[in-house]
Amino acid sequence: MSAHALILAGLDGDRTWRLQDYVARGGYEALRRVIAEKTPPEAVIAELKNSGLRGRGGAGFPTGLKWSFMPRAFPGDKYLVCNSDEGEPGTFKDRDILRYNPHAVIEGMILGAWAMGCTRGYNYIHGEIFEVYQRFEEALAEARAAGLLGQNILGSDFSFELFAHHGYGAYVCGEETALLESLEGKKGQPRFKPPFPAAYGLYGKPTTINNTETFASAPFILRLGGQAFLELGKPNNGGSKIFSVSGHVSRPGNYELRLGTPFAELLEMAGGVRAGRKLKAVIPGGSSSPVLPADLIMDCTLDFDAISKAGSMLGSGAVIVMDETTCMVNALERLSYFYHEESCGQCTPCREGTGWLYRVVHRIEHGLGQPGDLDLLRSVAGNISGRTVCALGDAAAGPVQSFIKHFGDEFAYHIEHKKCLVSPMVQEAGRQIHVSRPC
Amino acid sequence: MLEIEIDGKPVQAPDGSTVMDAATLAGVYIPHFCYHKKLSIAASCRMCLVQVEKAPKPLPACATPVTNGMKVWTHSEAAVKAQKGVMEFLLINHPLDCPVCDQGGECQLQDLAVGYGGIHSRYQEEKRVWVNKNYGPLISSDASRCINCTRCARFTAEIGGMMELGQAFRGDHAEIMSFAGRAIDSELSGNIIDLCPVGALTSKPFRFSARSWELSRRRSVSPHDSLGANLIVQTKHDVVKRVLPFNNDRLNECWLTDKDRFSYEALTSEQRLTQPMAREEGEWRPVSWQIALDFITCALGAAARDRGGETIGALASPHATVEELHLLQKLMRGLGSENVDFRLRQHDFRGDAVRAGAPWLGMNVVDIHDLDGLLVIGSFLRKDAPLLAQKVRHSALRHGLQVCAVGPNGEDWLMPIAARALVAPADMVATLAAVAVALAEETGKPVTSALAERLPAVISAEARAIALSLTGEKTAVWLGNLAVQHPRAAELHLWAQEIARLAGAALGFVGEAANSTGGYLASATPGANGLDARAMIESPRRVYLLWGAEPDLDFADGAAAMAAFGGAQLVVAASAFDSPALREVADVLLPIAPFTETSGTFVNCIGDAQSFSAVTPPLGETRPGWKVLRVLGNLLDLTGFNQNDSEAVRNEALSGDFRTRLDNAIGDVPAAQIPETLAQPQAGRLQRVADVPIHFADPLVRRAPSLQKTADAALPTARMAAATLAALGVKAGDTVRVTGSGAVELPVVADEGVAPGCVRIAAAHASTVALGPMHGELSVERI
Repeated sequence: MSAHALILAGLDGDRTWRLQDYVARGGYEALRRVIAEKTPPEAVIAELKNSGLRGRGGAGFPTGLKWSFMPRAFPGDKYLVCNSDEGEPGTFKDRDILRYNPHAVIEGMILGAWAMGCTRGYNYIHGEIFEVYQRFEEALAEARAAGLLGQNILGSDFSFELFAHHGYGAYVCGEETALLESLEGKKGQPRFKPPFPAAYGLYGKPTTINNTETFASAPFILRLGGQAFLELGKPNNGGSKIFSVSGHVSRPGNYELRLGTPFAELLEMAGGVRAGRKLKAVIPGGSSSPVLPADLIMDCTLDFDAISKAGSMLGSGAVIVMDETTCMVNALERLSYFYHEESCGQCTPCREGTGWLYRVVHRIEHGLGQPGDLDLLRSVAGNISGRTVCALGDAAAGPVQSFIKHFGDEFAYHIEHKKCLVSPMVQEAGRQIHVSRPC
Repeated sequence: MLEIEIDGKPVQAPDGSTVMDAATLAGVYIPHFCYHKKLSIAASCRMCLVQVEKAPKPLPACATPVTNGMKVWTHSEAAVKAQKGVMEFLLINHPLDCPVCDQGGECQLQDLAVGYGGIHSRYQEEKRVWVNKNYGPLISSDASRCINCTRCARFTAEIGGMMELGQAFRGDHAEIMSFAGRAIDSELSGNIIDLCPVGALTSKPFRFSARSWELSRRRSVSPHDSLGANLIVQTKHDVVKRVLPFNNDRLNECWLTDKDRFSYEALTSEQRLTQPMAREEGEWRPVSWQIALDFITCALGAAARDRGGETIGALASPHATVEELHLLQKLMRGLGSENVDFRLRQHDFRGDAVRAGAPWLGMNVVDIHDLDGLLVIGSFLRKDAPLLAQKVRHSALRHGLQVCAVGPNGEDWLMPIAARALVAPADMVATLAAVAVALAEETGKPVTSALAERLPAVISAEARAIALSLTGEKTAVWLGNLAVQHPRAAELHLWAQEIARLAGAALGFVGEAANSTGGYLASATPGANGLDARAMIESPRRVYLLWGAEPDLDFADGAAAMAAFGGAQLVVAASAFDSPALREVADVLLPIAPFTETSGTFVNCIGDAQSFSAVTPPLGETRPGWKVLRVLGNLLDLTGFNQNDSEAVRNEALSGDFRTRLDNAIGDVPAAQIPETLAQPQAGRLQRVADVPIHFADPLVRRAPSLQKTADAALPTARMAAATLAALGVKAGDTVRVTGSGAVELPVVADEGVAPGCVRIAAAHASTVALGPMHGELSVERI
């Protein structure tokens, strides 16, 4: 899918996910070397730090640094958790990694366990992709049978148990502490931090949680070296990254690119805006990242720093492309509904605020908007943002704030004229354009 | 200590405190809803957001740890903006029905809305509405008012021990509810009414009967269990309308049991005795106090003079005040009688001769927190002393306290139990001996030589496990009500003392009633040649003085007590309530005041003498008991009855440092002869295990209508383990005829928490009085 693919390299749909295929692609080489050479954990973490790998789940936190937070001398179990609870609108990369290259995740987790001294790991897989969960269980069975998991891995005295767990589809369980609660069998609601999971995680024990793609990147870093990975991308933004392109493009799907690649290149790989229409806006990193209008995003390169500078976030790399047929009020209504529905209900601003936002956007969309509604939306979103237990509040407020910021005139038109700036005929025409199935 | 600055004021806070703790220390109020000092931190309401230097976002004070040099502003523009934002969110779906809400006037949301709410709502959409739930007879639900602070849910899980309430669904559909429509059955359930910061959970019995600003607040002390929880009794027009906890960190903290909280309903019961009554030629007639007291004076004087004081017996309730008990024993001794007792449900009094002092808990309630091991012998701890059980539960859940139990009952205490020996009453002494032996082996100390001959040959695995969990640094051994009421109570006491000695543990008594310790201090126990409670029933007296006790329900053997009183020449009963049983056996009924209408003192299980004043005037012709006794003393020309007030009586009863008279030590008690029948039970004969259910335990609670509708006031059943049922050929749901000294018919309930070979049948209920003693053998047969 890309000349610079690491994780998606050499894959061929459902035919190459098994252990033997992964080994043929160089899989488990890094692990074998680490175990044979008894590479000190500090060296593994140093390599991660060199690589400039930043968390692929959305926040972009440097992975090597995160791994170094785990208390070395903690007596008793430490846990390693993979966050595959990919549930945000627009995201679908982890699903494909687990479906087509599950052993990369398994190897990455074993390496993580080695580096952090974890004895047990869990991969928490989103509840709505059950077949992927089953695939991962099969891959785990293969790894166990090959002596790569369990007691005395590859004949060494290093042991690590890894289990798959599937959630039940709550978006909030992708928040790492809600995920831990859910994994413990409780209602999935985020914990207040501090303490952070590295100090008080699963069952109160030190725990590190990384995204699927982050773990899947680790084997390549340890096989090819941190420097090689870093050079793939750009300083502070090492490696390649999978972008899940959806929306109004000709060829939606997952594309793995060097970080720092211009957005225009990604758009071109995805076949450009469908039917030759004009690009209107792009949500660059999953629905919780602020929307960017066409002129801003077309000037961006795809890396954490550039997108952040443009006023959004690279997030999980889920790129939602919207063309000129899109009514932005309608788009925001759909997003607000999602956050209203997925708020866990624990803390007040998010529980009450997300519903309020949705209802106001809903009434604007349906011609019942009132003067002052935009100020109300800004104010309510502002009262949610930064006041909640977890980042879901910010995620719900972000789209509202950015949609109004960049497309305020469209909202104002809606309120004043009780109808869309984008004529219904154009919108309808947009709905009639079919694109190829995601690959 | 950490140095921080709150609103410009320097504050010193201990390590590990939160900003909320530090603000409390500094006397700065930070608005909050979900935060509660006794519950875990949820940090979910976000009302306590404050501005912290260098923090990019406002932080919740309740969950933010203090760091050295931190600067916090609780009322800065940024902080107040965040707080107001949260308040607006809380109000958008709140019905704002304050005029019809019971919480109005004492509502945290209402109060804070004044400071932080807007004048108009910017929310125009329809408000969310939730269906009200039925949580049982005590708690009323107005679900739509709920602000999802989850205090109630956290209380049931963390303090109550069982998560009876939870937050179901998510987002703004998130809703507090019980599991699948169940009522809340916890004996501590009423506390969630206090915890609820809004009107979502209110008191069903109190509902719509008064506004908080119409109520006077008076301090009082609970007359029920041995803890003596501190109360705020609220009255309107001299009628008690509500009872709330008064915070006392030594005792009940901010909690009350439902019994403490709702028993006030009995104060206005139709069964209140409001006038002296006398039986004349078989007919009950109201009489004046003058006539009643003259009659009693003559009768008592004549009996003492003509037949000797020993023909008179006085039996008082352990719920009577120190003042009443003191004057009662003084009156009896003045009449030349040593026959006075308040331990009405006790059977074995051999300990009296070798007892060093008044039994008590042997430790402070707050010290439970630091215990490493606790052995509870013969106790229905959760129901007999719910707030003690709560402390034990907290310590067991949070601090690794190892709780062990010995007894015939294994009901769920909602806490982890490290080891339990579920043994029949007849085997309890041997089990304790086995624990002592195991402990001696564990610690390398020998068992006291006096007991060396009585050591068992076989040491069970449970006994070893119990011994092991008592090897911690701080340990305690408690004797519960069942142990005190046991036919071999003195030996249980002796062995408990031995276990405590070997373990270096504190020895204590849970205590049955409000004045179980105070009664001893007031000397309401028989002196030399005096008869104890059991002896006064077994060798009937000609004249009885019955003080605050119900003849059928408050005695170890209600049937025998009724017979003894029935055959007496004269029974004078002083009681707050009328009852058919009293009318059957008594000749004169004197209306004495319940705890809200008299001043008095209870000495609780930790030896605190807690005095209280009357909160309302006595109902009708009712008189405070201590005054009645003082007048009787004067009328009988006895000396020492000239106290002007109850304080003088108390000072007389509890003179000097009365705490030095608290002592749980016991001297040697010879082993009782165990009847062969107990060792080899006959077919169909089972040992009785009798609990005194929490809501049948005293005359007051028996007449509290709402409490009588709870699960804890269910009718008595015959509870047996499956193996026992199989041996009898009966199954759960059958009705059996149970025969003791009389026969009753009871439904059968299968209960693995009853020792094999035993049947658990509640005492203190009219339907089981005919069975006779609380211990011993019963025959059970299928009908």
